[in-house]
Amino acid sequence: MRQVIRVASWIYALAVYGFIFLPVVVLVLFSLQSTSFPIPPFTGPSLRWYDAVLSDARLTSALLNSLLVAVLSSATAVTLGFLSAWGFARFVLPGSGLLRGLITLPLTVSYLIIGMGLLVLFNWGGVPKSLLAAGIGHVVINLPLCFAIIYSQMGDHQINIERAARDLGAPEWKVLLLITVPVMAPAIFAGFFLSMTFSWDEFVISFLLTRFDTTLPVEIWNLLRSGLNPKTNAVGSLVFAVSIVLVVLFELTLLRRRKP
Amino acid sequence: MTAPLVDIRGVSHRFGQLAVLKNVSLRIEPGSYTILLGPSGSGKTTLLSILGGFVTPSEGKVFIRGEDCTSVPPAKRPTTTVFQDYALFPHMSVGGNVGFGLRMQGVDGTRRAAKAREALALVGLASAFDKKPHQLSGGQRQRVALARALVIEPAVLLLDEPLGALDLKLRRQMQDELKAIQKRVGTAFIHVTHDQEEAMALADHCVVMNDGRIEDEGPPERVYARPATRFSATFMGESTILAGTVMKATNGAITVSTPAGAILLPGPQPAGTSIALAIRPEYLRLGETKGDIALGSAKVSDVVFQGSFKRVLATSALDPALQFIAKAPASTTVQAGDTVVVSCNADDIIQLAD
Repeated sequence: MRQVIRVASWIYALAVYGFIFLPVVVLVLFSLQSTSFPIPPFTGPSLRWYDAVLSDARLTSALLNSLLVAVLSSATAVTLGFLSAWGFARFVLPGSGLLRGLITLPLTVSYLIIGMGLLVLFNWGGVPKSLLAAGIGHVVINLPLCFAIIYSQMGDHQINIERAARDLGAPEWKVLLLITVPVMAPAIFAGFFLSMTFSWDEFVISFLLTRFDTTLPVEIWNLLRSGLNPKTNAVGSLVFAVSIVLVVLFELTLLRRRKP
Repeated sequence: MTAPLVDIRGVSHRFGQLAVLKNVSLRIEPGSYTILLGPSGSGKTTLLSILGGFVTPSEGKVFIRGEDCTSVPPAKRPTTTVFQDYALFPHMSVGGNVGFGLRMQGVDGTRRAAKAREALALVGLASAFDKKPHQLSGGQRQRVALARALVIEPAVLLLDEPLGALDLKLRRQMQDELKAIQKRVGTAFIHVTHDQEEAMALADHCVVMNDGRIEDEGPPERVYARPATRFSATFMGESTILAGTVMKATNGAITVSTPAGAILLPGPQPAGTSIALAIRPEYLRLGETKGDIALGSAKVSDVVFQGSFKRVLATSALDPALQFIAKAPASTTVQAGDTVVVSCNADDIIQLAD
């Protein structure tokens, strides 16, 4: 009986992990296909489709656009998130709880709603569809996240450190720059890398808010309209690899925080 | 008369409805070591925060070197604080921590490092310059915090329970060092503590606080030997307290009726005044009447051996509410359950304002 349960639990575990990882494995495997169709039998390994991706000007410029939007929107989101977290943690504000709730509310709103809302707003305000518009959209979705991460790490034990700096003659901006930011650096980097991850493979908002220059996920979608081929697999694998790197960086910065 | 270094005039402070300081006035002389002593909630830390500029008092004024500093921010006043948790900058080296105040003053790197090394040598940590705060022990961090606060040569150094986080042995050792460093640099130190031994060991000027008021202040010897109030008689060391009423007043002498019998003392009070008398444990005598005032007999409830002496607790036979606290020689044979005769000398009785 015990044997049966053991076997059953192994099968269950394999099924769950298979369900989660099989699509990714298939994607990566057939990106190494040497023939023109990403279907069995496997004919690789070959890097020709990666070569094709990197020599495709549209895809590489979309890749650079994605990186640009991810870096700039994440830097903006983390800066604004840090400043609001610092404000909420250090000053007594009227209705502080309500305001904190409001700032994290976009986390619960779907990207589609945010994207449509911004589209309407930008139309009305005369902001053209562009990478800038998509970047603003990414700030909207990532700012609450950065705020939540940084605010949760901003404990009372840093208050005395900031006080000590002020006591030794530091003006407020130097307290922030020389003391608070370095002390909070792990949370700030964690917020930055997580924002990068979300911005990097975000599709809906970018799709709604860009036109000529687009980000990589939108370009992949364009590519997919002409059917599957190993090139789409290769570019998908690249997106996946970058996401993995960002998530690992995020984990590392958070872990370093825990053992000072 | 020269102006005092720090002059606190009629300071009151409230946190919401709660009054934590009630019309406190205090003067601090240059080069003195002042201890603010009191239980938690007595307002001593708030008073220190007001001196440091972290709290602006609801009422009253603070003058430092004759200048009104009441609402001057911490960065701009000639005080520095050593925080209870040290508040070292965790991302900077020890040298960076100590040099921070000089860096804010725009002192260049070379001179800054030289002065920081000097300050570290003063606290006996010359070798720690390149270490990070987390590599140091609690006592060493304490010294770094002290060096960091002293290096910018403040007029007044404020210490918020600086020894509170250290174990007893280290605390006594740091206590001696603090005093030595203070004498060497000559800066006025104001030190908050609830430890009366620390207060007696360090203070030139001891300020006993309770419930937002100053109960008593003066040299620790005077505060101990002649406490002004009942609170300071019990907080600064222990005392046996006799509550009584003046029965008869004649030519500067009074007869006080107490639970331990009538006591004849010199004093100006008219008949009918309530009065409290305190006797320090070392002045209570046990055994056949040795002192000139008999305090009746008492049943010993506890004898605690403390090394150089024995602490004896006894309950009066005349009034079970009256507890005697006495310090007997280590060789005494008194045991719990014994009945002893208690007495003292009239000179050793302290009259307290109630």
